Amino acid sequence: MSLDKATVAKIAHLARIKVPDDELDHLAGELSQILTFVEQLGEVNTQDVPPMTSVAAQTLRRRKDEVTDGGYRDAVLSNGPETAEGFYVVPKVVE
Amino acid sequence: MSYIQGETGDWEIVIGLEVHAQVISNAKLFSGAATAFGAEPNSQVSFVDAAFPGMLPVINEHCIEQAVRTGLGLKAQINLHSVFDRKNYFYADLPQGYQISQFQQPIVGKGEIVLDLPDGSSRTVGVTRLHLEQDAGKSLHDQHPAKTYIDLNRSGVALMEIVSEPDMRTAEEAGAYVRKLRSILRYLGTCDGNMEEGSMRCDVNVSVRKPGAPFGTRCEIKNVNSIRFVMQAIEYEARRQIEIIEEGGKIDQETRLWDTTKFVTRSMRSKEEAHDYRYFPDPDLLPLELDPEWVEAIKSTLPELPDDKKARFIGEYKLSPYDANVLVSEKARADFFETVAKGRDPKLAANWVTGELFGYLNKAGKEIEESPVSAENLGGLIDLIADNTISGRIAKEVFEAMFETGEKAADIVEKKGLRQVTDTGAIEASIDSVLAANADKVAEFRSGKDKLFGFFVGQVMKATQGKANPALVNEILTAKLKG
Amino acid sequence: MTGLTHLTMAAALDGLAKKDFTAVELTEAHVKAVETIRPLNAFITETPEQALAMAKASDARRAKGEAGPMEGLPIAVKDLFCTKGVPTTAASHILDGFKPEYESTVTSNLWRDGAVMLGKVNLDEFAMGSANITSYHGNVVSPWSPGEVGNWSRQLVPGGSSGGSAAAVAARAALGATGTDTGGSIRQPAAFTGIVGIKPTYGRCSRWGVVAFASSLDQAGPMTRTVEDAAIMLRSMCGFDPKDSTSVDMAVPDFRAALTGDIRGLKVGIPKEYRVEGMPAEIAAIWDQGIAWLKEAGAEPVEISLPHTKYALATYYIVAPAEASSNLARYDGLRYGLRVEGASLKDMYENTRGAGFGKEVRRRILIGTYVLSAGYYDAYYNKARQVRTRIKWDFDEAFKQCDVILTPTAPSTAFAIGEKMDDPIQMYLNDVFTVPASLAGLPGMSVPAGVGSDGLPLGLQLLGRPFDEETVLRVGQVIEKAAAVTATPPFMA
Ligand SMILES: [Mg+2]
Ligand SMILES: [Zn+2]
Repeated sequence: MSLDKATVAKIAHLARIKVPDDELDHLAGELSQILTFVEQLGEVNTQDVPPMTSVAAQTLRRRKDEVTDGGYRDAVLSNGPETAEGFYVVPKVVE
Repeated sequence: MSYIQGETGDWEIVIGLEVHAQVISNAKLFSGAATAFGAEPNSQVSFVDAAFPGMLPVINEHCIEQAVRTGLGLKAQINLHSVFDRKNYFYADLPQGYQISQFQQPIVGKGEIVLDLPDGSSRTVGVTRLHLEQDAGKSLHDQHPAKTYIDLNRSGVALMEIVSEPDMRTAEEAGAYVRKLRSILRYLGTCDGNMEEGSMRCDVNVSVRKPGAPFGTRCEIKNVNSIRFVMQAIEYEARRQIEIIEEGGKIDQETRLWDTTKFVTRSMRSKEEAHDYRYFPDPDLLPLELDPEWVEAIKSTLPELPDDKKARFIGEYKLSPYDANVLVSEKARADFFETVAKGRDPKLAANWVTGELFGYLNKAGKEIEESPVSAENLGGLIDLIADNTISGRIAKEVFEAMFETGEKAADIVEKKGLRQVTDTGAIEASIDSVLAANADKVAEFRSGKDKLFGFFVGQVMKATQGKANPALVNEILTAKLKG
Repeated sequence: MTGLTHLTMAAALDGLAKKDFTAVELTEAHVKAVETIRPLNAFITETPEQALAMAKASDARRAKGEAGPMEGLPIAVKDLFCTKGVPTTAASHILDGFKPEYESTVTSNLWRDGAVMLGKVNLDEFAMGSANITSYHGNVVSPWSPGEVGNWSRQLVPGGSSGGSAAAVAARAALGATGTDTGGSIRQPAAFTGIVGIKPTYGRCSRWGVVAFASSLDQAGPMTRTVEDAAIMLRSMCGFDPKDSTSVDMAVPDFRAALTGDIRGLKVGIPKEYRVEGMPAEIAAIWDQGIAWLKEAGAEPVEISLPHTKYALATYYIVAPAEASSNLARYDGLRYGLRVEGASLKDMYENTRGAGFGKEVRRRILIGTYVLSAGYYDAYYNKARQVRTRIKWDFDEAFKQCDVILTPTAPSTAFAIGEKMDDPIQMYLNDVFTVPASLAGLPGMSVPAGVGSDGLPLGLQLLGRPFDEETVLRVGQVIEKAAAVTATPPFMA
C-alpha cells in the first residue's frame, strides 16, 4: 500500500498532529514502506481464527460499587497548564 | 398513521431514538470516584477519570448489574459475552481521547417497549440494543469570553445507551417512548430519569419519506433534554426536511442541535467534520463474561413493571385502561393507589387519586412523594364516606383541608363539625320547618309538579349546612310529602 | 568505597546484613557513580537527596529488624514509571514539567521492600525504539563504546527502549533498574550491554502507573547484572494489583529458590524458524554453544517449530502502533505536560502534539491511526489480531514438546549511532527474536552468554510457559554459570 500526501495529511489531522507540509512527502514514503512490510500478513491463513484481544487468559474482574477515589481536586489540577476557579481552561470551543 | 401534509402531498416521519441514561451507582463505571450530582467542579475526579498517564480502568460490578436489570426489564436478550471498545475522538471534555463504550458486542441485545398512547391504544417499539459506556465531562462555554472551562465530575460516570429501532412515526409516539422508557428505568431503579439534571438525554434521529417509500436521509439531533423538546424538535426537523425536499433540495446526513431559545434545529459546527472513531477492543479490559445463574438471580428480583401492573389493575381492580395507565406511569403513584384501594372500593380509590389528589398536586407543583395527604389518610377519608360519616360533597371540602394541613380526615370532620346528621328527629324537624315555610310549593308538588322534590332537598341541605344524610332526607321527605 | 557499586544485589544484601556497610554508604557510592556516568546520558532525573533519605530510612528499618527483601538496594527507575513528586517524562517533550501525584504499583512494591531510588533513567520516547535514540532528552551511550569517555571512537547504542536502565546497570551506577518490555525493550538492551533482563508473563507486573505504550503487550521487569539479582528484584516487582484489570491474581513464587542449578531431564526447545536467513555466524555460534551448555547440564534439546515466527514483526508493527495511537491520545495539552497554544482548541491540540511528539512516536501514531481507520480495520488490525492468535497457538503447541525455549536475543551485537537509522524497517528487525514472546504474553529473559568478535556482549534468550518464570530463571542461571562472562564495559563508575 502506498500512501499519498493527502492521505497522510488526513491521518495526521485525525490524530491531531500538526505535520509541516514539507514533511508530508517524506512521511508518506516512510509510512508506505511500513505498510508494505506489514502486508505480508496477507499470506497467513486466518480463516476461523479468533482475533486475540488479550493474552491474559481470564475474564474481566469487577470492583465493588464503593466511592474509593477522587475528592482531590488540587492534585488533579496541579499539573494543568491553565486552570481557573477549579476548572481546566482551554481556548473557546464553539458548538 | 398520521401524516404531515406537504405541498406535494403526505409525508411520513421516521423516528429512532438513542437515549443515554445515567446508571444509578455510587461510584463511576471504571473508577472509584463519586457520581453525585451538583458537586464542586472537578471535586469528584480521580486520576483515572482525568486520564493521567498510566491510569487504568476497573469495572464497577453494580453498573453491570444495572445494565442487565434494565435489559431484563426491556424483555431483551442478555449477552453473556460482551466486549468494551474504545471510541476514539478528540474533545475537550473527553480526557482519554477515547470513550470506553461497547460497539460490536453490547451487553444487551434486542428488546421492546410498549407505548401507551393518549387514546388508550398501545404500540410496540423495538429496542435495538443497550450498551454500557462512560460519560464525558462538561464544557462550560459562558464562564469566559474567550475560554471554555472544563469540569470532569461527570467524566467516567456510567451510562446506558439505549437505541431504538426507527419504529416511531409521530412526535407523540417519540414522547410516549421516552416517557415509557423513563418509567421502566425508574421502576427498575437503574436510572433516576431526571432530564433536567441530564441523567437522561435523547439523541433523536429524524427522516421523512413519502408513505411506503424507502427511508430518507436522517439527521441526528443531539442531546435533547426534555420530552417536550424531543417532540418540538421532531416537528420542526420534519418540516424543515420536507421543505428542503419539496424545493428540490436534498438532506445532508448531519448532527444538529435543538436551540431551546429559538425553537429550531441547527447544524453543529463542532461536529461538522466526518468522524472516524476507529473503534477497537480496549486492551486495558478483558471480555465481560456473565454467569447465566447470576442473570437469573437478577431476574428473580425484578419488580412488577408498568405493563404487568397495568394489566393487573385492569383485571383485579376493574379500572379503565386510561386510569390504569395514569396510575402505573410512576411506581410511587401505583403504590399510593394500592394502599388507598386496599380493603376499599377500588374505583372510588382510583377516582380520588387520579381526580382530587392529582389535581391538587398538579396545581401545587408537587410530586406524589411530597403529597401532604398520605395514602393512609386518603383511605381514611374514603372510609368516612363509606360509613356515612360524611357525604361525598363534604368529603371534597375535607380533602381540601387535608391537603392544606396534612391532618387526618376524621380530625377535620370533628373539628369543623362536618359529621353527617343521621339523627332522624333532627332531619324531620328540619324538613318540617322547610315544608311549613313553603306551603305553596308543597301544594304545587302534591298537585303533580314532581320536579319540586329537588327544591325541597336543596332547602333541607341548606338548612343543615349540607350535613344531613341525603338518603335519610330523601326517605323522610318522600314520606312527608305523600302524607 | 567504589567497590560497593560493583557488588551484586545478593552480595550487597549480605554486606548490609553483616553490617559491613550501611544503606547510606551503599547509596552514597551509587549517587557518586550516577554523577560519574553522566557522559552516558543514562539519567533524565537524578534524585540524590531522595536516595539518601530513603537509605537513611532503610538503615533505620534494618536496625529495627524490619528489613525487606530489597532493603537498602539502590536502583534506577525507567522514566516510564510514574513516581510521586518526581518528574516523569517518558522521554517525551509532551510530558514537560509533569510531576505525578501518585506512585506506580511496581515502584511502590520496590519501595515497600526497601529499595532506594537513585533517579529516573532515559529511554526511547514512550518506549518506542530499540536503540535509545528517540529520547527527547538525547540518546544514551553504551558504556561498551570504545574510545575516550565522552569522546568515543564509536558511539554504541545501549539498545532500547530501556537503554538508560541497561547503561546504568552495566556501568555500575545502579545495582538494578526497572525496565519495561513491549516487543523486547528489556531483553534486547540487556543483551547489548551484557546484563540480565527478564520480562515476566503478561499480567505478572501491574501496569498501573506505568505510562502506556501498547497495553496488550507492555510488561515491566528487572534489569540486573546476575540472574540471581533478577530473581530477587522480580519477586518484589510482581504481584496482583486490583487496579489493573489485566493483572493476574496469582501468588508470587520465591524466584530465588528456583535457582537450583538442576535442569536434568528438562526439554529445551530450539525453534528452527529462528535460524533466520543471513544470521551472523557468531550469533549462530553462541546459540549452538548455549545448546551445548544445557546439554552438558543434563537437559535435552529438542527441535521445535514456531511456523508463524516470520509474521511476528509485521503483527507487532500493527498491534503496537494501533494501541499506542489510542493510548497517546490523552496527551493533548489540557491537563498536564506541554501545551502549545493555538487560536482554537483544535489548533492547540495539533500544535501541542505536533511539537510534543518526536518523529518515531509520530510515525507510530500515524500508522496506528491508519490501520484502525474506516475501511482498513479488517485488513490490518483485525488480521494482525488473528495472526497473533496463531503465533500464540504455535507456542502452545511447542510447549507440549518442551519446557523452555532457547534462542538468541538479538540478531547482532550493539551497533553504533548513525547505523541502521534511516530505515525504520531495518531498525524494527532488532526485535525479530523478542517480539513473538511479547505477542504471546510469555516470560522471556536475556542472559549474557559471551562476546562477539568485536568484543561486545552477546545474549541468549529463554522463553517459558505462562507464569513459569522459575524455569526460565533456573535455566538462565545455568547458562550464566557456564558462560562465565568476565568481560566488562570499558567505562564503569
Ligand atoms: Mg450514539
Ligand atoms: Zn453513547
